Amino acid sequence: MTPSRTFRAVRTVLLLAFAAYFFVPLLAMLDFSTQARGSAEGRTWDNWQFMVTDEDLRSSIIASLLLALFTVVLMVVLLVPTMVWVRLRVPRARGLVEFLCLLPLTIPALVIVVGISNVYSWVTYLLGDSPLVLTFAYVVLVLPYSYRAIDAALSAIDVATLSEAARSLGAGWPTVIVRIVLPNITGGVLGAAFISVALVMGEYVFASLLHFDTLPVAMAGIYRSNPAAAMAAALASMLFVALLLVGLTFLSRDRHRHDQGASR
Amino acid sequence: MVGAFQDGDGRPTLGNLDALTSDAALSALKGSLVLSATTALIGAALGALLAYLVVSLPTQSLLRRTTLAISGVLAQFGGVVLAFAWIATIGSVGIVTKAMDSAFGVDLYGSGWLFDLPGLVVVYAYFQIPLMVIVFAPAFEGLRPQWREAAVNLGASTWDYWRHVALPLLTPAFLGALLLLFANAFAAYATAAVLVSQGQPIVPLLIRQAITSEVLLGQANVGFALALEMIVVVTLVMVAYNLLLKRTSRWMR
Repeated sequence: MTPSRTFRAVRTVLLLAFAAYFFVPLLAMLDFSTQARGSAEGRTWDNWQFMVTDEDLRSSIIASLLLALFTVVLMVVLLVPTMVWVRLRVPRARGLVEFLCLLPLTIPALVIVVGISNVYSWVTYLLGDSPLVLTFAYVVLVLPYSYRAIDAALSAIDVATLSEAARSLGAGWPTVIVRIVLPNITGGVLGAAFISVALVMGEYVFASLLHFDTLPVAMAGIYRSNPAAAMAAALASMLFVALLLVGLTFLSRDRHRHDQGASR
Repeated sequence: MVGAFQDGDGRPTLGNLDALTSDAALSALKGSLVLSATTALIGAALGALLAYLVVSLPTQSLLRRTTLAISGVLAQFGGVVLAFAWIATIGSVGIVTKAMDSAFGVDLYGSGWLFDLPGLVVVYAYFQIPLMVIVFAPAFEGLRPQWREAAVNLGASTWDYWRHVALPLLTPAFLGALLLLFANAFAAYATAAVLVSQGQPIVPLLIRQAITSEVLLGQANVGFALALEMIVVVTLVMVAYNLLLKRTSRWMR
């Protein structure tokens, strides 16, 4: 059934209206961040350079990137073996694991912070007050998204047969997981990693209430003294995350097409 | 959780729950509920419209795939960056504010409404609409063309088809998505934290005040009680969502 011409015209107009609503704020940020200081005319990239030259901002960017890296590593190390183990040995626990992993999604992050703040006074006491201790909280935060991505990838392969074959050829459990299962679920793990990076880069609730200087917290702080530089940093982090996520959708589509081509 | 029932010295008490009925707490709860309900309704209505427009495009269309991909990105997008984006747009020196002023002489900024509840509605819609598109587009795709053909064969007009077949089928999915959006707005904090600096119009900001307050000691436990209140609301919404999901999934296989 082909849509009528009126319908198509209305559709175009409406789609343009939505596009305006979603892109004008982004253009506004670009405009704001390239304005010269004060009311001077002209464009400048100074505010973008501020990201590299300002000590606080630079260290917060590094802290956020490191946090993202550690969160991803810890998430993979915790989640992949557990999920494989549950699938092979204790299938009855699967519902429980799934419930635990999806739980952070239903509890507002703010409530988790309130609950976790006492724990964190001990953590900072024992491990020092580097922002990197946030890794533990962030792993919990990214669990729901990572779980889904990895679960989908694991469902697509026959874990039981693969691991039995490897075991019968004399491989130990670490070998099975690192050399057999992991290469087969790369797509899912990459997806989980990208989403985790995106979440960690934008996370504000935990960091601000527990007083750690990550990128979003630093941006909110710098906004008071130098709004344009904060805008530049915000737009940059937004673009970084958007690139990751768009890359992810195209990656998964390509894999999908590839799989279809390979199937009988 | 236990903290909600303790006072400043760790003795058990129900006093913190009394604090939930104070004027500040009640107005914050009302603000939160109104904000979440409004943005859920706006997000659901506009999101469903956008989802329909997108789904009516051909399956392989580039526009359709890009819109869905962008929705995926924007639904994740929130917090500090989003607040900044709107300040740059309709803040006191935002480009739309300035453009409206020079073109029509309209003062869009007004008395700073962006930094209070009405502003939060506009800003929250920015991530609610894409979320709705993601959640709801599959429901449209689940409407099989055969059902429409069957209806037309039986003599139904387009209106009859929507009235008696499509809308009843979509209703549970729509309500479910509405609840999800409500919970999403209810839990959002970072955007509001950056935008709103004075007053505590919604519960999350009141919690912030309670647990970071240096003026009133022992407020932290009130924060715990407020957090408990949030959990109760979100749990109710999620239970309702799961019930609806079970009803819908029968049709959407």
